[in-house]
Amino acid sequence: MKRLDSPDLGSEPMVIEIGPAHPAMHGITRFRAELDGEVIVSMEADIGYLHRGFEKEAENSDYIQIIPYTDRLNYVSPLINNIGYSMTIEKLFGIEVPRRAEFARVIMGEISRVCDHLTCLGATAMEVGAMSVFIWFIKAREYLWELVEEVTGARLTTSWTRIGGNANDLPDGFLQMLDQRLAQVSDVIDEGDRLLIRNKIFIDRMKGIGIISKERAIEYAFTGPMLRACGVPYDLRREDPYSVYPELDFEIPVGTVGDCYDRFLVRLEEMRQSIHIIRQAADKLPPGEYRTYHRRAGLPDKLDVYGSIEGLIDHFKIVMDGPQPPPGEVYQAVEGGNGELGFYVVSDGSGRPLKCRVRPPCFNFVAAMAEMTIGHYLADIVPIFGSINMIGGELER
Amino acid sequence: MAEDPRQPVEEEQVSEQAPTSPPVLTALLLENFSDSVVSHHTNFGDETVVIKREGLLDLFRFLKDDPRCRFDLMIDLTAADYLPREPRFEVVVHLKSIVLHHRLRVKIPLATDEAELDTISGLWVAADWYERECWDMYGIVFKGHPNLRRLLLYDEFEGHPLRKDYDYYLQQPLVPMRKIRERHDYEHKVITPEGPKPLPS
Repeated sequence: MKRLDSPDLGSEPMVIEIGPAHPAMHGITRFRAELDGEVIVSMEADIGYLHRGFEKEAENSDYIQIIPYTDRLNYVSPLINNIGYSMTIEKLFGIEVPRRAEFARVIMGEISRVCDHLTCLGATAMEVGAMSVFIWFIKAREYLWELVEEVTGARLTTSWTRIGGNANDLPDGFLQMLDQRLAQVSDVIDEGDRLLIRNKIFIDRMKGIGIISKERAIEYAFTGPMLRACGVPYDLRREDPYSVYPELDFEIPVGTVGDCYDRFLVRLEEMRQSIHIIRQAADKLPPGEYRTYHRRAGLPDKLDVYGSIEGLIDHFKIVMDGPQPPPGEVYQAVEGGNGELGFYVVSDGSGRPLKCRVRPPCFNFVAAMAEMTIGHYLADIVPIFGSINMIGGELER
Repeated sequence: MAEDPRQPVEEEQVSEQAPTSPPVLTALLLENFSDSVVSHHTNFGDETVVIKREGLLDLFRFLKDDPRCRFDLMIDLTAADYLPREPRFEVVVHLKSIVLHHRLRVKIPLATDEAELDTISGLWVAADWYERECWDMYGIVFKGHPNLRRLLLYDEFEGHPLRKDYDYYLQQPLVPMRKIRERHDYEHKVITPEGPKPLPS
C-alpha cells in the first residue's frame, strides 16, 4: 500500500472517524481510519463505549445474582451465556445436572445459536444492500424468540439457568411447537440461501474481502465461525465435549480462504446443523427432573421451605449469604455464537466470587480488524465488520 | 444438618494434593524449567503451573514451540487481585493447543510494588489487547508492550477499577468534550504510572 507522498502536491492521508454512533457499527465502536483516496492505509479500533464493569459487579454480587448479568453479555444469544456461566459454577460445586436439563440446555442453546447467526447474517446482508433478507431473517428469529419466550418468559433477558439445572421445565406442547417453528425457520434459511449465495452483487461485496490466513487467525486466538471459515475445524462441542453433545450427530462446516463470503457460508451451514441438533435432542429428550437440588447451591422447593425446618434454614442461608462454593479456581468454556466463551471464576469460599472473568470471543476479532481491513476500500469495512459479528455487550463487558 | 458447608472442601483439597506424579505438561516444565516453576496443581481437572516472572518469556516460547506442547492458541490473559495476600496479583494465562488438544493455565504472581512483567505479545498477537485490558483494569505493566494504552476505559480515568482497593461506589468526573485536533492526537500517548507520555517515534 503506497501513500500519495509526492512532496509537490502536499497530499496527506485523510483521517476519518467512523462511529461510535454509526449504523454500520452494530453498537458503539469507533474506528479511526487513515485513507489514501478510498483505500485504508491504517486503522485503529477504539472500544469501551459499552463497558459496564461486569467483572466488578460480579465481584460484588453473589453467584445467583450474576446469572442475569450474563444475559447482557452476548445479547443475541443470551441462553448460551446463561448455560456457560451455570456450567462453570456447577463445575466449582461438583454438581451433576440431570439429563433432561442437559438436553433442554442443548435445545435452548442451539436455538440461541441460530438466533445469533440469523441476526449476524441478516444484518450483514442488509448492509451490503439485501434489505429483504434482513427482514426475512428477523422474521425467522421472531419465530424462535417466541419459543424462547414460551420457555423462559422473556425474549432477551432470559436468565433461564440455575446452578444445578434450569429455572423451569420445557412447557407442555413445546416439542410440537418447536417442530413447527424449526420447519418455518429452515424454509427462511433456504430462501435466504437462494437469494444470496449465487447473487453476483452480494458475491462481489463479500468474496476476497477481509481475508485472514489460518496462521494469523490462530495467532490472534480466533475461535468459532471465524476460525472455522479459515479452515480449522475447531469447535468446542467436539474439541472439549461438554453437556450431551457427544451423543448428538452433527458436522462442523469449515471454509477455505477465510474471507467474508466463507464466514457467511459457514454460519449458514451451522444454522442447519444446529437445527439438526435440536431435532435430535428433542427426540432423545428423556423424562426426569429439570434441576437437581444441592442444598448449598440453590433454593429449595417451596414445599420444603414451608414444611420443614431444614428447608427453611437452607432457604434463609441461600438468600442471606448466597451459594458458597468451595475455594478454588475454575475455567469452563462453551461454544458461544461467536466462539469460545470462557468463564474463569476464582472462589475464596465466600458467597461472592473473588474473580469472575469472561473470555469474550469477539474481542480477538475486533483486535484483528486493522489487519483485515488495511488495503481494502473504506466501504469494505461494512461487510468485514458485519461478518465478525461484534457484540458490544460481550466485547466490552 | 449442622454440617459445616466447608467440610467437603477440605476433603477435596487433601485428595488434590495427593497425586503421586504431576501431569504430563507440568512434569515437562518441571524438568526443563525447574528454577522457574514455583508450584503446580490440578484444580477441577485444569492443569495449572505457577511460575516466576523472571525468565517467563523462555518458558512461554517453549510452550509455544516445543513439539510436545504446541500451544498455538492463547485463549485468555487476565489477572486476579488477592488483596491482603502478598504477592498480591496473579496474572493468569490460559493456553490451548489445537494440534495436541490440551490446555494449560499458567499463573505469574506479582507483588504490589513490582506489578510488572515482560510482555508476551511478541509470541502471540492475541496478547496485545489482553495485556492492554489487564493494564487498564489492574495497572499491571507489561514491559516491552508496543502500545500499552487503556483499552476499555478512557485516558483520563484515574485508578484501575478491578483492584480490590478501588472503591465500588467511586465516581469519576466527567471529561469535557475534546477539541477536534486533540481528538486526533490524544491516542498517540503511552500511559505510564507517572501519567500520559508521548509515544517514542
